Amino acid sequence: MSKMVKNAAGRMVPTEVNAVPQTPYKGVGQFQPQGRKTAPSVAQCGDFPADGDKRVATLKEALRKAGLKSGMTISNHHHFRNGDLVMNAVFQAAAELGVKDLVWFPSAAFPCHKPMIEHMDNGVLKRIEGSLNGPLGAYASHGDMDGVAVLRSHGGRWQAVQDGEVHIDITVLAAPTADAFGNATGDRGPSACGSLNFGLVDSLYADKVIVVTDNLVPFPCVPWQIQGNNVDYVVELEQVGDPDKIVSGTTRITKSPDRLLIAELTAKFIRSTSYFRDGFSLQAGAGGTALATAIFLKEMMREAEIRARFMRGGSTKYMVQMLEEGMMDYLLDGQTFDLEGVRSMRENPNHLATSPFTSYNWHGKGNFASLVDFVVLGATEVDVDFNANVVTHSDGKMLHGIGGWQNCLFANVTILPIPAFRNRIPVIVDEVTTLCGPGELIDVVVTERGIAINPLRQDLIESATAAGLPVRSIDELKREIEGIVGGPPAKPRVGEKIVGIVKWVDGTILDVIYETS
Amino acid sequence: MSTGRAEAGVRGKNVRSDCWIDLEIRNSGGIELEVSSKVESMYGDSIREQLLRGLTTLGIEHARVEMEDTGALPFVIDARLEVAARRALGELRAEILPEQRANPTPSARDRFRRSRLYLPGNTPRLFINAGLHNPDAVILDLEDAVAATQKDSARIVVRNALRAIDFGKAELMVRINQGQRGLDDLEWIVPHGVQLVLAPKIETPEELKLIDAKIAEVSAACGRTEPVWLMPIIESALGALQALDICRASANNVAVAIGLEDYTADIGVQRTLEGEESRWMRGQCINAARAARLQPIDTVFSDVGDQEGLRQSVLEAKRLGFDGKGCIHPRQIAVVNQAFAPETAEVKKACRIVEAFEDAEARGLGVVSLGSKMIDAPVVKRAQHTVKLALATGLLDETWRKGKEVTS
Repeated sequence: MSKMVKNAAGRMVPTEVNAVPQTPYKGVGQFQPQGRKTAPSVAQCGDFPADGDKRVATLKEALRKAGLKSGMTISNHHHFRNGDLVMNAVFQAAAELGVKDLVWFPSAAFPCHKPMIEHMDNGVLKRIEGSLNGPLGAYASHGDMDGVAVLRSHGGRWQAVQDGEVHIDITVLAAPTADAFGNATGDRGPSACGSLNFGLVDSLYADKVIVVTDNLVPFPCVPWQIQGNNVDYVVELEQVGDPDKIVSGTTRITKSPDRLLIAELTAKFIRSTSYFRDGFSLQAGAGGTALATAIFLKEMMREAEIRARFMRGGSTKYMVQMLEEGMMDYLLDGQTFDLEGVRSMRENPNHLATSPFTSYNWHGKGNFASLVDFVVLGATEVDVDFNANVVTHSDGKMLHGIGGWQNCLFANVTILPIPAFRNRIPVIVDEVTTLCGPGELIDVVVTERGIAINPLRQDLIESATAAGLPVRSIDELKREIEGIVGGPPAKPRVGEKIVGIVKWVDGTILDVIYETS
Repeated sequence: MSTGRAEAGVRGKNVRSDCWIDLEIRNSGGIELEVSSKVESMYGDSIREQLLRGLTTLGIEHARVEMEDTGALPFVIDARLEVAARRALGELRAEILPEQRANPTPSARDRFRRSRLYLPGNTPRLFINAGLHNPDAVILDLEDAVAATQKDSARIVVRNALRAIDFGKAELMVRINQGQRGLDDLEWIVPHGVQLVLAPKIETPEELKLIDAKIAEVSAACGRTEPVWLMPIIESALGALQALDICRASANNVAVAIGLEDYTADIGVQRTLEGEESRWMRGQCINAARAARLQPIDTVFSDVGDQEGLRQSVLEAKRLGFDGKGCIHPRQIAVVNQAFAPETAEVKKACRIVEAFEDAEARGLGVVSLGSKMIDAPVVKRAQHTVKLALATGLLDETWRKGKEVTS
């Protein structure tokens, strides 16, 4: 058991996790990294086929050639979301090869990866290092996983690999289209998913890179989102993904009248600020409320006769429509959520695939997320100091990944539109169960019962008040909500054992997650 | 106390923010609680305490309570428990009453009733945020939106909601059932803050008088002094023919509404979007209402996906002389409120008339004039109404007299 120390956010965190020494969170921008970036070993072309054909007959063969051994770390990107057919096949092959104690390091895991539980139970897989939700989240929350879950943001994952905190032995990158040299793209093919850029860091830093595709094209595969020059082996499979679960045919905005009310209020708030001007920028996710906010905003942009320089985020048909209707100059795409998004990325030069490096990495020379005027994010809880939680629910269970959430907090105006309570559970609490975002970076909470603005942002309080919006103190909102739901919720009943840690964008430990029954 | 067993509430895969209770009242053995809740770790203890408190209030000492909870709010838990107890025992004198909320917005005879949001009486989940959408009124419905087997339940849920839920500035309306059941409904709502009763399918003035008398009786018994307004709904051929008498049947009548589904069925025609078939009836009811100084209120627009169709329908209603329209979805409210708003030019003119009138009054003049024109009293009255409507819709703010321009 490692020592526990109090970090700059007042949370008790361990000094060592999974046998790796850890740095406690020191405050926003306070941790100064040392040393040089890590790098894979030098390769030479003479070790690779001169004709560029790196194909290997089976996944198992590729893993064997890549030198798969017990205890190794295997990674992948999550662009296939819940339609991924590759990673279950990878660990099945590893089980057949008789290796044990592997670490899986995905950029996100999904309910389709439930078979990993069996691999953990029988020792093929030791633990998962990455966001855990659904059945895997429940498994880890219950304390059944060997070792501690390390939860990172998308930018934090790049940082951890780049800084050498996580060493990837083998990465397996599913590719909707690829050539035999290993060039790969996600914007076309039967399993098209748009961008592949969550796998970019893996392709640059892993010892061995395996590209797996069901749509092999003759060299060159363009665009080469993944460059074949970083790739060791190419494997053809019958099918790498389930298209219906990779992208949705139709993204829908919310129909809930209360969510629409929140979205409308969020858009009105955005309009009330001085940042709402010609050439502004916005990041909105693909969640129903965020999408609805963008739609309300679109009308307000029309009325005000202004357009955005760029919008960021998971792309959907609604963002594509705004791009095509000239409401923005550029769409900077982090991941692509529906078929229209995929089509637009393929056809429209102003629809660009960005990566966690360009967008989110804190240990770089700036990143795009901090250039954004408005970001619209979700949260499971916010406390009276504007600290927010996005990974656990009020019962303490790990239910969501951090995604790009932490990285986005650096926008000019960070807005959390959230319902005041969900199914009786209030969203505004005294102290968040798990700290994922420090309150100093969270500017506004928009609920259907009013807008709470961080006292640090007097400018926003003034502009929203002047616009006649229902600005209220967060304490007042909290009291009103508790009056409705029957008092504040009881604290979650958690055990002694730490089952997860939440990393801040700089690799320090922000908080821990305890086991729940 | 006698024994018995009954269920109340709802459960199932798609149920949210509600609960189901199976109550078995016994002769001995004390209280046994078996609670499974989606919010167990946050509110499990609170739920058990509430059930124990409720049983004590009802005087039940020995019982087994099984509960499946999907995040019901306290006023719902109380209602479900009380309904189960009433069903188990047949009769029960005690009630589990939630605290009466502090400041219900007072009602007035001539307040706006442009948008009234219908809320099914046994679906409390939809009540909580209804007021946030700014309807002029909410209608807690005990009639058509409640299944015949759940009428007893809806009464208790609605009673508790009247006491516990903050509906903002909305007037608190309840639509009661027809006939004797409707008269019985009044006992559950009149003592608990209902501000207006919608009386469905009124065909004769006598029916309305019975309701009025019952309200007076219940009010007297519970010490209620403020009036309960009435809004009869005319939705039959006979009702339409007796519209004026119905409108004059009670001093508490403030508005009259029409229901076209039942009316068109009654006269044996299909209801169309154009509404040719109900033109006479609407004209008849509007004139009867105006003759009796009541607000004529139009029926609902049932396609919740068609906002533009709704807007056109409200504009038509306004042209015909209606003052309000029923809403069946919160997203209809803003459209209805805005469509009933006066035109900008109308507001500007009304402001000038009202200012001229106030000026004449201040100077003790008996005659109001604007420029070279004399202004008649009814014109002043209409202008005052327009200004009020403009203030309510945000077209004017309270400082308009200081020369503030109309904002849109």
